[in-house]
Amino acid sequence: MQKKIRVLIGKPGLDGHDRGVKIVAAALRDAGIEVIYTGLHQTCESIVEAAIQEDVDIIGLSILSGAHMTIFPKIINLLKQKEAEDIIVIGGGIIPEEDIKKLNEMGVKKLFTPGTSTKEIIKYVKSIVQKT
Amino acid sequence: MNKEDWKKKQKTCKERDFRFTTVSDLPVKPLYLPDDIRDFDYDKKLSYPGEFPFTRGVYTNMYRGRLWTMRQFSGFGTAKDTNERYKYLLKHGQTGLSVAFDFPTLYGRDSDDPFSQGEVGKCGVAIDTLRDMEILFDGIPLDKISTSMTINPPAAILLAMYIVVGEKQGVLAEVLTGTIQNDMLKEYQAQKTWIYPPEPSLRIITDILEYCSEHVPKWNTISISGYHIREAGSTALQELAFTLANGLTYVEYGTKAGLSVDKFAPRLSFFFNSHLDFFEEIAKYRAARRIWAKVMHDKYRAQNPRSYLMRFHTQTAGCTLTAQQPENNIIRTAFQALAAVLGGTQSLHTNSMDETYALPTERAVKIALRTQQLIAHETGAANTIDPLGGSYYVEALTDELEKRTYEYFDKIDTLGGVVPAIEKGFFQREISRSAYEYQRALEHKVKYHVGINMFEEEGGADIEILKIPEEIEKNQIEELKEVKKQRNSVKVKRALKQLYSAAGNGENLMPRILDCVREYATLGEICSTLKEEFGIYHEPIIF
Repeated sequence: MQKKIRVLIGKPGLDGHDRGVKIVAAALRDAGIEVIYTGLHQTCESIVEAAIQEDVDIIGLSILSGAHMTIFPKIINLLKQKEAEDIIVIGGGIIPEEDIKKLNEMGVKKLFTPGTSTKEIIKYVKSIVQKT
Repeated sequence: MNKEDWKKKQKTCKERDFRFTTVSDLPVKPLYLPDDIRDFDYDKKLSYPGEFPFTRGVYTNMYRGRLWTMRQFSGFGTAKDTNERYKYLLKHGQTGLSVAFDFPTLYGRDSDDPFSQGEVGKCGVAIDTLRDMEILFDGIPLDKISTSMTINPPAAILLAMYIVVGEKQGVLAEVLTGTIQNDMLKEYQAQKTWIYPPEPSLRIITDILEYCSEHVPKWNTISISGYHIREAGSTALQELAFTLANGLTYVEYGTKAGLSVDKFAPRLSFFFNSHLDFFEEIAKYRAARRIWAKVMHDKYRAQNPRSYLMRFHTQTAGCTLTAQQPENNIIRTAFQALAAVLGGTQSLHTNSMDETYALPTERAVKIALRTQQLIAHETGAANTIDPLGGSYYVEALTDELEKRTYEYFDKIDTLGGVVPAIEKGFFQREISRSAYEYQRALEHKVKYHVGINMFEEEGGADIEILKIPEEIEKNQIEELKEVKKQRNSVKVKRALKQLYSAAGNGENLMPRILDCVREYATLGEICSTLKEEFGIYHEPIIF
């Protein structure tokens, strides 16, 4: 039997906007993916630690507060430090186009912006895990 | 032709393939008729504006006397940046101020707190000490303007800072006008900015109610907010029912603390969303006024007529804005703003078209403000009071929302009230479910959103976007260091110690917080002191 895809969905920092992240978590779950949702106000360290412990394929972060240029690089670095770079980092939120480019270069695989359908996210998650 | 014949005829007509409901899924008939509001007793259900039960408006002459306050929620970067934006808005005809704080401030953390990294000045203005508040209101006379502050767990501290800025300007606390949001119940349910658990949070709130009724009598002590409940994904009905249930819970706690209802209830105000469905929103505001007045009269035995008045602020729905074709947001916002005005709002914020990208640019926020000015001065909507009163549809919808709100009240009662229902995750679950269902309805094209699931266009939007410079965080931390160097640290320590004892022995916290603020204790220091006594809140995880 094929191993189930495991995704850790996290809300790092102080941002409390969790409407989108909960919808994504529920949609992934309903699509047969195993979802671990961290809840709000997580540190980058606790997210990375949980991701390693839970042996997830993907970390998905939701950031609507404008702190994306601080948080994503920190997560990527922590994964490197812990030699867990095989975990794919994706995200979503209010993120301007130019920042998306920079974050992609730093190693964030994919960023979803407002108006994205859950179908599109599910499709992406399934395809990216199969590829690797 | 008679009614039955018309109904038969209508059934034979071609009809679009569409589920006719409100955006919140209340069924909508093809036509509303006198028998949809059977047994309609004008005096009981509507009466006159400014008269019980206030369905038609809280004031006798409504906008013919005075227009609503045009109040744009605004704040970014440092206090100096935001002070300049306020002066810009006031120059262009804005009539009240509304402060947006950054995330660290909202959570009672200082700019140099590790958790604040990357967030300083981003979503609003960074406030660490009284010094920042002095700069924020520099050149703005606090006796001439009212200020609303969207602040919750640290509300008492920001209010204290505002009072002290007033003192320094020579303005007495008695004449200060404005609002603190200070609505913790909806934080646990929807907006999710919390520090302490519900019980100590409610204790701080009742301390504020008590202190203000004596010393800051014109201040709106709580802005009981449905806005964030709706933004988190609730329906119009849930927004209405949960907000009112929260409001009544504050009344319960106030009276339990020994305050007379008529002493604090007149200073309670409300804050609602204005979402996509034009008539449903108008009916929501009308139902809200009627329910509040009735319950305050019947259940809480309020005698002061001002205790019955549901005065409210409205903000157009940020969650309905689209990143795609952002100019469409100007039009969405205009319809939503018109609904708020037809619903009798006391003040209004109109969102800017670029807010799915960033905080608004000057140009975008000016268009948003002009939208209100157009409604006020060109459309004629403000010429007569409650112009939709008597519409069969609007009255039927108002009745329906009222009826279903009481059903929610019963449900909340069976859970033991609002606080136990929060602890059981009731509201959180209800809101998440509605949000998910709405998203599914969009994806299955049962509901539509222009630019998202119909009339889509390829390619990104070409609009200017406000950038918050990264060096703001560094500068703000430097400023904070400077303030800490200049203050008298012995006095700061003493004030914090006295605050800690007050937290433990139950005395009113406001005078102690004022002492801390005067000594330039930081927001983070004050909140950490209270955390020691009150502990911190952990959410139940539900999705």
